[in-house]
Parts: sequence; C-alpha cells; structure tokens
Amino acid sequence: MIGLVAQVGDWPTPVVDWHALAPELVLIAGINLVLATDLLLEEGRKWATATLTGFVLLGAFVPVVTLAVIGGDVRALFDGRYVIDDFALILKALFLLTGYVVVLMSQTELEEGGYYQGEFYVLLLCSVLGMVMMTSSRDLVSVFIALELLSIPAYMLAAWRKRDRKSNEAGVKFYLLGVFASAVLLYGMSLLYGATGSTRFDEIAASLASGDLIGLQIVGITFVIAGFAFKVSAVPFHTWAPDTYEGAPTPVTAFLSVASKAAGFVALVLVIFTAFPTADGVYGPLVWVLAALTMTVGNVIALRQTNIVRMLAYSSVSQGGFILMPLAFVNSGDAAEPALKAVVVYLLVYGFTNLGAFAVVIAVARKTRSGAITSFGGLISYAPGLTVLMTLFLASLAGIPPLGGWIAKFNAFKAVLDAGSGSGYALAVVGAVNTAIAAAYYLRVMREMWMNDPPDGDRAPIVTPAPVATALGITAAGTVVLGIVPGLVLRFADLQDLTGALGG
Amino acid sequence: MLAVNFLLLGAVLFCIGVFGVLARRNAVMVLMSVELILNAVNLNLVAFALMHGNVDGQVFALYVIAVAAAEVGVGLAMVLLVYRNRRSIALDELSEMHG
Repeated sequence: MIGLVAQVGDWPTPVVDWHALAPELVLIAGINLVLATDLLLEEGRKWATATLTGFVLLGAFVPVVTLAVIGGDVRALFDGRYVIDDFALILKALFLLTGYVVVLMSQTELEEGGYYQGEFYVLLLCSVLGMVMMTSSRDLVSVFIALELLSIPAYMLAAWRKRDRKSNEAGVKFYLLGVFASAVLLYGMSLLYGATGSTRFDEIAASLASGDLIGLQIVGITFVIAGFAFKVSAVPFHTWAPDTYEGAPTPVTAFLSVASKAAGFVALVLVIFTAFPTADGVYGPLVWVLAALTMTVGNVIALRQTNIVRMLAYSSVSQGGFILMPLAFVNSGDAAEPALKAVVVYLLVYGFTNLGAFAVVIAVARKTRSGAITSFGGLISYAPGLTVLMTLFLASLAGIPPLGGWIAKFNAFKAVLDAGSGSGYALAVVGAVNTAIAAAYYLRVMREMWMNDPPDGDRAPIVTPAPVATALGITAAGTVVLGIVPGLVLRFADLQDLTGALGG
Repeated sequence: MLAVNFLLLGAVLFCIGVFGVLARRNAVMVLMSVELILNAVNLNLVAFALMHGNVDGQVFALYVIAVAAAEVGVGLAMVLLVYRNRRSIALDELSEMHG
C-alpha cells in the first residue's frame, strides 16, 4: 500500500482548462460574494442579495455561451473525469436559467415573509453549482459529490419556514429519504467499483462490455438506478415528493420539481449512456417498469387531488415517467441518439412549463392565500392575463400542440417506437393512455378558471410583482417558442458527442 | 480471500442499516442506521481498493466520510428543528399532509 501511495506521490499536475471550468468558478466566486455581502448589509437592504444572485447566475451564463460559440472539440479534464461537451453545455444553461427564474420567483415572497434572504440565495447557488457540476461529471466520485452538493442545500431549502410544521415535515421527509437513497446509491457504486476496478465511466463501460455480467455488477447497477430513481421521484420511490412539494415554500417547490429532478435525470442519462450502455439486460426492464409505474400511479393519484401544488406534484411525478420512457431502450437498435435527444428536449420544455405553472400559483396565492384548486375559480374575471398563461402552461404539460410539451412528448414516443421492439410498443401504449388521463386533471383546473365563479365573490384584481411577472414572461416565451420553432431546440439537441463516443 | 470477509461484513452492515431505516421510528436512530450503510460502503471501497491494487477506492472512501459528516450536520439540525416545534422526534407523528 505504501508503495502505491508513493507511486501516486509523484503525479503530474493536471492541465486545467480554465475556460471550460469558468461557469463553475464564477458560481463559486459568486457564492462567497453573496455570503459576504449578506454579512455587511443591514436588515433593510437584504433585497440586494437577490439582485446580486441574479447577476451571478447570468455571469455564469456568459462562459457557457462562449464555450458553445467556440465549440470545437470536447474538452476533457482530469483524465476524462470531467467533460464539457454539447450535452453538458445545454444542461448547464438550463440549470442556470432555472436558478435565475427561481430567484425571480422567490424574491417577493422572501422579502415579505422576512425569511433569511442572504442564506437562502447562498444555498440556492450551492445547489445550482452541484447541478452544473453534475452535467460534466464522468466519474462515480464526481457524480456523487455533485449529487450531494445539489441535495444537501435543497434539504435545508425545503425546511426553510422554520416555525411552520408543514415545512419542517417537508424537510425531514425529503432529508431522510434522500440520505437513505444516496446511501443505497453509494453501496451500488462501491460494488460497481469493485466489479470493474475503476470509478471512471468509460472504463466501467469497457469492463462491463468485455464479458457476461457477474452478480456483483448486476446488483451494483440495480442499486445505482434505484438511488437515482429516488432523485427523479419515480414510483415506487416517489412518496417524499407530494409532501415535500406541498410543505416547502412554493418557489423551492418549483426549484425541486424542475432543477433537482432534471439533475437526477442528467445523472441517470450519464450512467446509462456512458457507464453501462451494454448492460441493457439489467437496466432495460428496470427502467421500463419504473417508467410505466411512474406515469400511471402519478396520474391516477393526481386525478383526485384538491390542492393545486399537490396536483402539480403528482403531475410532475407522472411527467418524470415520460422522461424515463426512452431511457429503457438506449441499447436497442438505433434508438440511442433519439433517446438522448428526447430526454434533453423533454427536460428543457418541462423546465420552462413547470416553472411557469408554479409562478402562476405563486401570483394567485398572493391574493387568495389558499392552495385549493377551487380558489382558482373565476380567475378569468379578475386576472385574465394569469388565466391565459396558466392555460398555456397546463396545455403544454398535457401535450397539446403547438406548445412545447407536445414536441417533448412527440420526441419521447418517437424514441420509444424507434427501438422497434414489442416492449417498446407496449410502453408507448401505456404512455398514450396516460397522456389522455393526464389531460383530465389539467382540463379540470382550466374549467375552474374559465367557467366557475370566484368562491368568495371577490373580484379585486391581482397585483403581480415585477420579478414574478418577469419569470412568467421568460417561461411563457420558452414554452411557446419551443413549441412553434421546435427546430431550434432539436438542433441544439443534436448531440453527436455523447452517443458518438459510444459508437451509437 | 481476505476481501471476501470484508465484503461479507459490509453486506451485513448494509442489511442492518436498511432494517434500521425501515423499522425505526426515532429520527436519530434512522440517522445512525444511514451511517451504518455508509460505513458498509467505506469498508467495501477500501477492501476493493486493496483487491485491485489502486487507490481510487480509498479516495472515494475519504470523500464519502467527508460528505457523510456534512449530511449528518444538516440532519441533526433538522431533527432539532422538529423537536423544538413538536417536542417529539417520532417520525410516524409527522403526518400533517395527506393524499
């Protein structure tokens, strides 16, 4: 052992590509900056931390854009353990934008509630940093670190309203199930490392492809998938999601249901595409069952919800099923590329749409102070703008053309059908039935808004604060543009790199 | 082989940990059970590192130890929060929300 350490002792200093790491570095500098500013500001000026956080996120966006414009070769750092390619850049952009919209959404609520503003934004930035790192990680260790960096602040954000019992409960449930899932994930990772002798994804893939799978590898893969299935709240690992979403402050719920979930999917995509693409005998059926269960159970329970946030929570569980769907067929036929494309497009569209729906919920709840679906009654008579936007977002979630959600669903189904196998067609049928079921509960909210009368007859107009209005604008534009000009996102999602590396 | 003994010990620790998480209703006991699982992971990683003759596993184990400490810090803070608000840390009493 001492020999080994000595041998490692004279390791060469790795060449660091600072440009490639710039988004992360900006975020790290920004986290410290926001933290220090918060210490220096007096109580009445804490709102400045929100503005600063917004600038940090936009600042981190700049190197992502320059990297994308320069393009060129895939930038691999640290022996290929940290890779910046098109896939990573698109998702980094998504996470930074999501973070920005969440800052806009939380600003007013935090100021009015007198919550710990500076700390909130620091933790939010930490979580975004974890997500940004996740997109580039190509090693078990870095995936694990990124996962924990994004989860641990999220646990605290969920329990943000310290004296509110519901928020406490939300945090504790999220935390306990979260650490349990990451412990199981780690156990799987340790077995994978043992069975393959490396923590690098490409070496794991080579080792798994070189012969028949042994028991240790099968157990390892299963545990890793199960661990990430918790993160994306796939049934049967979804039990935390509705309670956490309902109890947490609504902007945090939006963050968890979009960014944290997308990060889980990024991790799943990375392990399935780069670490064990050839082991589809193990993850194929597993993901198939998870996808079918997630869509169906999420939808059926969403049907009988009376609280809008809970309904959106179950709807986001079932949307997760559609994102999982193509991942079951990564190694069958020529389905790899469409599958990757479908997942990325779905994550982008779902991010815009779901954030938008939560922004409307925040704006309406400022007046009604209620989470009940009936509190949306007669919204058209006093808040026509919000009604139209909510209808737009719900229609997109239901997959009605020409909105973004339609393109996303279309791609997911196409990828599954491209696999050309019986199980693929079966899953597509399950998905189609579920799309129809889902329309029912989205339409119920629309009917409430357009047809019914306000429950208490109060028709005073809603004042939407400027930051929330900006968030609504960004998300609505994203939802509509991605639907009308799908070419835009489809071109961005032409990801040769990740699949090309696998010869797929 | 020596590694097999470590792996068996790891598997036993993992099972005890999972049982603890599922069966215990005291939040602190659940946290301790999670720690058991993480220790099983560390044992596995170190044993495999010895078996493969590379240090990747040991480095991984160091990261796991560090992150586990951070995790437990947050967890205990959260348990304290619940205790202050409800004077109890029994998990089955945490049921404000339904459906």
